[in-house]
Amino acid sequence: MDTCINKIREISLELLEKGEVDKVIGFANGTIPMATSPIAVTSKQDIEKLVFNSTCGLNLANYLKQSIKDQKSKIAVIAKGCDARNIVTHIVENQVQRDQLYIIGVPCNGMIDKAKIASLFDDDITSFSEDGDTLNITSSLKEEKLNKKDYLRENCQLCLHKNPVIYDTLAADLVEEQTLDNPFPDVEKIEAMDSDTKWQHFTDLTKNCIRCYACRNACPLCYCPTCFVDESGPQWVGKGQDETDVNTFHFLRAFHCAGRCTDCGACVEACPMDINVRDFTRKLNKDSFEMFGWEAGLDLSKRPPLDVYSPDDPNDFIK
Amino acid sequence: MGNLLEHMGIERDRVHFSWISSAEATKFVDVVTEVSKTVRALGPNKKLVKDYN
Ligand code: SF4
Ligand code: SF4
Ligand code: SF4
Repeated sequence: MDTCINKIREISLELLEKGEVDKVIGFANGTIPMATSPIAVTSKQDIEKLVFNSTCGLNLANYLKQSIKDQKSKIAVIAKGCDARNIVTHIVENQVQRDQLYIIGVPCNGMIDKAKIASLFDDDITSFSEDGDTLNITSSLKEEKLNKKDYLRENCQLCLHKNPVIYDTLAADLVEEQTLDNPFPDVEKIEAMDSDTKWQHFTDLTKNCIRCYACRNACPLCYCPTCFVDESGPQWVGKGQDETDVNTFHFLRAFHCAGRCTDCGACVEACPMDINVRDFTRKLNKDSFEMFGWEAGLDLSKRPPLDVYSPDDPNDFIK
Repeated sequence: MGNLLEHMGIERDRVHFSWISSAEATKFVDVVTEVSKTVRALGPNKKLVKDYN
C-alpha cells in the first residue's frame, strides 16, 4: 500500500495547490501504534501526515458534513469501498452534494482486526508496520510476523464491494472482488439458535457496554442532531447500564440503520469494549437483501427500501 | 422490526402488526383474540423488561 499513499499525497497536493478543494479528509497516524485517526489536511505542509494502511478502519464518510463550510466549498475525501458506499448514502439522503466532493477512491484489501492482534500479546504493542501481506508487530516482550489474511476484520472477510462504487480518481488499481456462497454465515449461526439462546447471546454480547456511544458517533448513518438516546422529553430509553436499556439502545440504533448500513465496521472499530455491535445490523442487512434484493450505497439513483413504497413490498407480517 | 426482535430472542408471536379501520369492528375482535391467544400460549415475557424495584 506504500505506492498508494504516494499517489494519495500526490493527488491531494495537486488539488490543494490548484485550490480545487479546501481540504482533504484522510487518515493520519494515531497516538499509539497500530492506530489511525481521521485528519483534515488544509495546507501542503501537512500532506506528509496523510497515511493509508490496514489500520484505517474508520469510515471517512462520517466527517464530510461538518467539514463542508458553505455551499460554495468543495472538499476531497479518501474512500475505501465501504466509505464510498456511505458517501452514496449521504448523497441520496441529502447530507452532502455530489459536486461538493472530490472522491479519491482507494480499492481496498481489507482492514485488520486490532483486538484479535492485541490478544496475541501480553503487553502493549510498541510498533506496527506492514510489508505487502505481512504484518510486523512488536511489543517489549516479543515480535510477531503475521499474515494479514488471517487477521482481517470479520466485515472485511465478508466484504463484496472492496472497490469504491463512486470516485473522481483512483489512487491504486482496482482489486478483484470476491464472491461468497454464503455472505451471511454469522447471521445464520444466530438464526439457528432457539429464542432463549438468542437472548442469551445478545445479553452476553452487550453486557460490557458502557454506553459511551462511540459506535454511534463513528457511524456515518448516525447524523441526527439529537439522537433518541440523548432526548429527555420524552426520554425514550433509560441512560444507565440496565440490561434492558442497553439492549433497547442497540436494537433501536440498528433499526435506524436498516437498509442503510454498509457493514463498514466503523462501529466495531470504535468500540472500546470490543463489542461486535454488527450482530444487530447484520441481521437487517440480510433481511434487506433477501426481502428487497438491496445492498446499501451502491446506486445514486435508488432510495433505501424503508424510504419508498412499492406495491410488491413483502407484507405478510400484517394481519 | 419483528424479524430483528425475533433475532434477539423475543418470540415472533409476541409482536403483531395489523391495519384496522375504525369501521372494521369484527376484524379488530379477530385480531385481538388471535393476539391474546398466541401471547398467552408463550407465557409471561421476561426479556427486554425493566425492573424498577
Ligand atoms: S468493508 Fe470492504 S471496503 Fe471496507 S475496509 Fe473492509 S474490505 Fe475494505
Ligand atoms: S452501523 Fe456500523 S457497519 Fe453499519 S454503517 Fe454504521 S458504522 Fe458502518
Ligand atoms: S462503543 Fe461499545 S461500549 Fe460504547 S456504546 Fe457502543 S457498544 Fe457500548
